[in-house]
Amino acid sequence: MTIQNNSTDDSEYSEYEPTIGLEVHCELKTATKLWCGCKNSFGEQPNTLICPVCLGLPGSLPVLNKKAVEYAIRIGLALNCTVQPSIFHRKNYFYPDMPKDFQISQYDIPINTDGYVLLTDGSKVGIVRAHIEEDTGKSTHFSSSGRIHESTATLIDYNRAGIPLVEIVSAPDITSSEMAKSYVNELRNIIVATGATDGKMEEGSLRVDANVSVKKKDQIELGTRCEIKNLNSLRSLGKAIDYEIDRQIQLLNSQKKVIQQTRHFNEDLNQTVTLRTKEEAEDYRYFPEPDLVSLNPTGEWINEIKLNMPKLLIDRRQSVIELIKDSKEMSQLIGTVNTLVDQQLDTLFIETVGFGSDPTLTLKRLTNEAANSIDAAKKLNSKELAYLINLETSGKVSSTQSKAILSNLLENTSETVDSIISRLNIQSFGDKEIEQLLDNLILEKQDEFKRFVDGDDKVIQFFIGQVMKLTKGQANGKSVTQILLKKRNG
Amino acid sequence: MSEFLYNAVDIIENIKNQKVTSKQIVSKYFDNIENKNKELNSFIALNKDLALSKANEIDERIQKGKPVGKLAGLPIGIKDNICTEDFETTCGSKILKNWHPPYNATVIKRLTNEDAIIVGKTNLDEFAMGSSTEHSAFGPTKNPLDLTKVPGGSSGGSACAVKADLVPIALGSDTGGSIRQPASFCGIVGMKPTYGLVSRFGLIAFASSLDQIGPFANTVKDCATILDVIAGYDPADSTSLDIKRDNFSDFLDRDLKGMKIGLIKEFNEYLDPEVSQNLNLAADLFANNGAAVSEISLPHIKYSLSTYYLIAPAEASSNLARFDGVRYGLRVAGKNVDEMMINTRTQGFGPEVKRRIMLGTYALSSGYYDAYYGTSQKLRTALISDFKKAYENVDVIITPTTPTGAFKFGAKLEDPLQMYLSDIFTIPSNLAGHPAISIPFGKDDENMPLGIQILSNALDDSKVIQVASILEKLRDENVT
Repeated sequence: MTIQNNSTDDSEYSEYEPTIGLEVHCELKTATKLWCGCKNSFGEQPNTLICPVCLGLPGSLPVLNKKAVEYAIRIGLALNCTVQPSIFHRKNYFYPDMPKDFQISQYDIPINTDGYVLLTDGSKVGIVRAHIEEDTGKSTHFSSSGRIHESTATLIDYNRAGIPLVEIVSAPDITSSEMAKSYVNELRNIIVATGATDGKMEEGSLRVDANVSVKKKDQIELGTRCEIKNLNSLRSLGKAIDYEIDRQIQLLNSQKKVIQQTRHFNEDLNQTVTLRTKEEAEDYRYFPEPDLVSLNPTGEWINEIKLNMPKLLIDRRQSVIELIKDSKEMSQLIGTVNTLVDQQLDTLFIETVGFGSDPTLTLKRLTNEAANSIDAAKKLNSKELAYLINLETSGKVSSTQSKAILSNLLENTSETVDSIISRLNIQSFGDKEIEQLLDNLILEKQDEFKRFVDGDDKVIQFFIGQVMKLTKGQANGKSVTQILLKKRNG
Repeated sequence: MSEFLYNAVDIIENIKNQKVTSKQIVSKYFDNIENKNKELNSFIALNKDLALSKANEIDERIQKGKPVGKLAGLPIGIKDNICTEDFETTCGSKILKNWHPPYNATVIKRLTNEDAIIVGKTNLDEFAMGSSTEHSAFGPTKNPLDLTKVPGGSSGGSACAVKADLVPIALGSDTGGSIRQPASFCGIVGMKPTYGLVSRFGLIAFASSLDQIGPFANTVKDCATILDVIAGYDPADSTSLDIKRDNFSDFLDRDLKGMKIGLIKEFNEYLDPEVSQNLNLAADLFANNGAAVSEISLPHIKYSLSTYYLIAPAEASSNLARFDGVRYGLRVAGKNVDEMMINTRTQGFGPEVKRRIMLGTYALSSGYYDAYYGTSQKLRTALISDFKKAYENVDVIITPTTPTGAFKFGAKLEDPLQMYLSDIFTIPSNLAGHPAISIPFGKDDENMPLGIQILSNALDDSKVIQVASILEKLRDENVT
């Protein structure tokens, strides 16, 4: 069966609504693994970060990493969850990259329950749970399909085995692929802001499984769902969900049933394919992990974590908004504020404004001009940046000059604004200098000036152009306009 | 040189005082091993050269007046489910044949830090599953008192080694009686400490919530000496207890003044006349020497065996999953990875291990969990609560260690339920996590030793040792 997106017409679609729930796995960026002292690091030589414990050698025992618990609690708090006493379970199934042939995870009593995420458009997605579990090793199969059963050989790297994960399970509150992407994006920003994870989908430190079902709009009970495993980019997430919604609607429209199954998204074909059906699903035989004791974080410790954790994303955005709330452009700047915070430039922004720079202009310069070199931008000296923005606001440098200075500053953040100005021979064209230039120009271009005096404002651009030509673009256009207007009215 | 074969504490003392060298002691025990081990099959791995070189090194230090550990020069045997860097560790299984651990169990570090000498690894029922040491891939171990009889199990190799003077001390592990039952069958002392008192790090798990390492010795004093070394908090074992503990050797040679001793009413129906008579004899000795003996009731104890045979196999089915041919041990080829794992496990595990993996997998499977594993957890909690009430009224409880003396080879091999019943008196202490010791006391009608088991509350290991040491003394004074 081949299915094209949008191959059915819209009226057939409009009868149905999708229900989507996401499971997001994020690796915690602890220094060491969840149960042992091995380094938690990505991209090292295979099988160099291993020991008897993370290899699950006979006789070895797990010891819970306290920092991983702290990070899990940070994530729970940032997702508005209840943090509760919890226990670990064993999830039993055989797979070569899982050293013990069971995964230590949390089952019916997870550490974080019952939270939510507010999306930027104001909609809310519930969080059922956010629990701690261990990662598996990484398999590389040598087969045309890239799957284990047809492969002639499989190489396993156990460096990833035992790295702490938090699995965040959403309520089935998501209704479209766009909303799913927006949820993952916002969730990632929130949890990255806690400092617990780096949320890099491309390195696999954030992975998403999507549960998708469709039902007729007037139907109360949910449709049969399919789970799409291991989506590793927002693009794949969106495409996989769209394909799956389409596939299920087409099945239902042709009076067929959706079969509950686990599916895999093939990036090359842009479609989901069956991994296993419910009948083939593993019975995980969950039972409480006898090698670990229950996890009972004290209220005192949770409070300490709350106090010492980095500011929540929502609070950071609010701090920026407080500073620009008097701006006329406020309503258009909300998206820019989110970008500023997501790029971790909000602290720099607040410091710069603290040195007296204009908040709106500072925000624009940081999210436009500085956005192309974020790493350098993070190193900017807030005092120098404020000095530059004040030069621009007071008309001592033009916006073109200001941008040129900023770009030089980003190339070498230890240089001062004054030294760049003198190095680039940037001249300050104050009102006096501009007026002198204009007086000369008016003598040369009497016809144009007459048209202006008669009320043709389009001629202003002509004079600005002329002044810019004379100053090699270093004059402030606004000043030219003001002086011209003064001459006409005065 | 037989005059040098003393109890462990005497050996340590004599080596320290240079009345004998560790080398002489180790050599003498190796003479015994060389004479008897072929027949007994107690040790399945030995390294005489290594043991002698360590003995030499300790002797030199003593001669030079340098400090040595508390167990300096003492030879010890280790059950082969405890990881040792110097020896293969096989669990008596084909699946781990030739597996060499890259690390030492915490108990091994504790023993060698005190300069004990590990002479070799002792035989066991495969993965400690059994009560006769007949279920070993390396063949059965024999009872040194009657070669036609089993030594008990699963730590049969360790019990046999101590009884046959192949070593003065051995370590075993006890999940449902695997130290106490073979100690009773071989006529020596064997103790299972409180769960969490001795680190399990490096003990290859059978049933993690029940397993506990403990000593085999000829005397209670030796047993306490070893326990003093191996017990203690280990941050590498999350179930290890971080508590201040007693020095067990301080509880020897005390009296029974004020001691209240209980007999379990519910066990009466399982007692053969000779075993019952033997228990009464012990109870009378206690009563006549200052203890108050009374009958107590533990209403849920009759469910212990069924509870145990759900919990232990359930945990085992998960613990033994890792033996899949991928990383270490046996690998039997197959068309694909599933088939390789199936072939490896089919050929690598013996029948008793497979039986328990199947039992446990079934007990945990979807739709049966609540009825089996769930119910067994509730019964375990009920049993613990029974014990708690009982210990409001008594200090220790005494029972026979086993329902019979050692049985003949093959007697129970075809009937697993009969075999499982050998552990009926020992299992409750594992379920409750409580300490228990077996002391040789009396004989059966075939002149094989019987044992008396002394139980107490969690962390009352010192009480167990105190009462055991008194019973040992009373037995030697009163019973011929």
